[in-house]
Amino acid sequence: MTDQTALSLDQEAPARPSRSLWATAFMRLKRNALAMISLAVLVLYVIAGIIGPEVTNHHYAEVYPEFVKVPASLEGYPRADEIPDLAESALARARLDLGQITVDGDTIRVEASSSREIDPRVTRYLDRSDLFSNSRIAETSADGTSVVMESDVERLHFYFGTDANGRDLLARTLISVRVSLMIGALATGVALIIGVLYGATAGFIGGRVDNLMMRIVDVLYSLPFIFFVILLVVFFGRNVVLMFIAVGAVEWLDMARIVRGQTLSLKNREFVQAAEALGVRSSGILKRHIIPNTLGPVIIYMTLLIPKVILLESFLSFLGLGVQEPLTSLGVLISEGAKNMRGDAYMLFFPAATLTLLLFALNFLGDGLRDALDPKDR
Amino acid sequence: MLSYALKRLLGAVPTLFFIITAAFFLMRVAPGGPFDQERTLEPSVMANLNATFGLDEPLHVQYWMYLKNLAQGDMGPSFVYRDFKVHELLGSGLPVSIQLGLSALVLAFVVGAMLGCIAALRQNSWVDYLVISVATFGITVPNFVVAPVLALIFAIWLNLLPAGGWENWSLQHMLLPVVTLALPQVAVIARLIRGAMIEALRSDHVRTARAYGLPTRRIVVYHALRAASLPAVTYLGPAAAALLTGSIVVEQIFGIPGIGRYFVQGALNRDYTLVMGTVIIVAVFVVLFNLLVDLAYAALDPRVRYD
Repeated sequence: MTDQTALSLDQEAPARPSRSLWATAFMRLKRNALAMISLAVLVLYVIAGIIGPEVTNHHYAEVYPEFVKVPASLEGYPRADEIPDLAESALARARLDLGQITVDGDTIRVEASSSREIDPRVTRYLDRSDLFSNSRIAETSADGTSVVMESDVERLHFYFGTDANGRDLLARTLISVRVSLMIGALATGVALIIGVLYGATAGFIGGRVDNLMMRIVDVLYSLPFIFFVILLVVFFGRNVVLMFIAVGAVEWLDMARIVRGQTLSLKNREFVQAAEALGVRSSGILKRHIIPNTLGPVIIYMTLLIPKVILLESFLSFLGLGVQEPLTSLGVLISEGAKNMRGDAYMLFFPAATLTLLLFALNFLGDGLRDALDPKDR
Repeated sequence: MLSYALKRLLGAVPTLFFIITAAFFLMRVAPGGPFDQERTLEPSVMANLNATFGLDEPLHVQYWMYLKNLAQGDMGPSFVYRDFKVHELLGSGLPVSIQLGLSALVLAFVVGAMLGCIAALRQNSWVDYLVISVATFGITVPNFVVAPVLALIFAIWLNLLPAGGWENWSLQHMLLPVVTLALPQVAVIARLIRGAMIEALRSDHVRTARAYGLPTRRIVVYHALRAASLPAVTYLGPAAAALLTGSIVVEQIFGIPGIGRYFVQGALNRDYTLVMGTVIIVAVFVVLFNLLVDLAYAALDPRVRYD
């Protein structure tokens, strides 16, 4: 203490106010262009995951039987040259002799005749299809056996194309982003809570308990991940719960080791001894002094854990063990895309690019945060 | 060294025993059975099936029977792949998986070590940054994305290689799956070797070798790489076990008849004996490769001695 006072007397007072660890870290992070771009990309992903599925023009589970496997396009479907065929098939059950079908922009004119008088309600056959709306009789001949119908053509937009069942790939990709981010956050949270509590307890109690607890971690660590997956599939079948547990069960081990190491070095520090001398109970010391002080490395590890978790979830979903229909996940979409890539490569491209970009952004941000929070590691 | 290896192998027996026991009982406690179908079977048929496979005995009797058979090298019949014994199923798939994994391992180590050395020798040059970027790419992009993309480009668009299927030691069929499997390992190994190589190039024995006037290539390959490969060798242990016991995804995408498919299918079908077989194989490989890594350590680092 006296040394410090002496020093500060000799030197000038610092011109700037001292910055907290977090402020310094954020300053360093801001200088890292790659990390900031990644942060922006992630914010976009989060926004897309939260509001994306609500604002798209299609529901992720809605099937459009007329548009199975249509390629990605900015133009609307149906294309102008497909409309007459689609109108014919929509009117197939009306038992009319169809004459000329002309397309004019967003309206269609259908000439039709019949041996008997045509009921004006026949236009409902057109309306019943998703593609046409507001159908009406434009002209009726004197004897009522031939009519000209007009109808508005609904243009549907599939910016990412549709999948093998005719569902909008954009909506499905967006809901997958939501699922991935949710599972990433939740499973990381599970791993975080188990790991921090376990590691802090082992490190704080120490001695034989610590030894036993860390041996358990070692044993679990040596088991291959696929072993967990096998056992958990046996237990839970194909289930989303499986993923949380499988991922949580594997990923808390590192966290526990890191926190234990930190705790071991923290528990002999003066402020902990002071708390002990003041009669604070062990649980209180853990909560107030040990755990908050381990947060730095924990946060670094956490940001690198999220992409791992998302990857594992996609991996399990790719194998058909994770998220089940009609809900979907990037792993499921990539798996379907791989099956259909012959001829329909866009079905592989969009989900694969979405996942890859997300993983890159998370990894770069994690690396950036590590550099920012832990300068000696650079 | 030999006695050390034997001691380690003996020490692994309790571990294996523990894993087998845990897997056996966990699986039997789990809901569902191997003969569950959409339509429930007649109770008498079910009873007969259970009796045939010895599932009507008390659990501890079944466990004892399984251990006795296992000690004689018999893993029992598969419950779902009728007429096949588990060791026949695994025996036909394992050589394929090993062939695939071993090739990927060798490729990964050779390419990874080369990239790592080049990056370390040209530290902070554009070559270095290129290697680091490639490594980041290889670690980040998952193999279930790499595999279909490679198949799409080289098999479907360029029509150079088959998109799937397998023939033993046919380079054409092996190329895509092996590259897919090796890519992430190349990335990790290159990163590890680069870091260790930068340290090793600064060490005293390398400086001495330089002072003797040895050519750079010889210094790097004989003197620096030996020390610099230690972290990569440590990493290779678990990685090799995972590679050799079959990469589920790669085998699925390229239609390779390895053992990968039995992992998931066996568990989903509650094929008790098959799951036990896969678990035992994975455990044995993990134990074996950890031992190999320790022995390799002694060979690479003269300071490490096992007595």
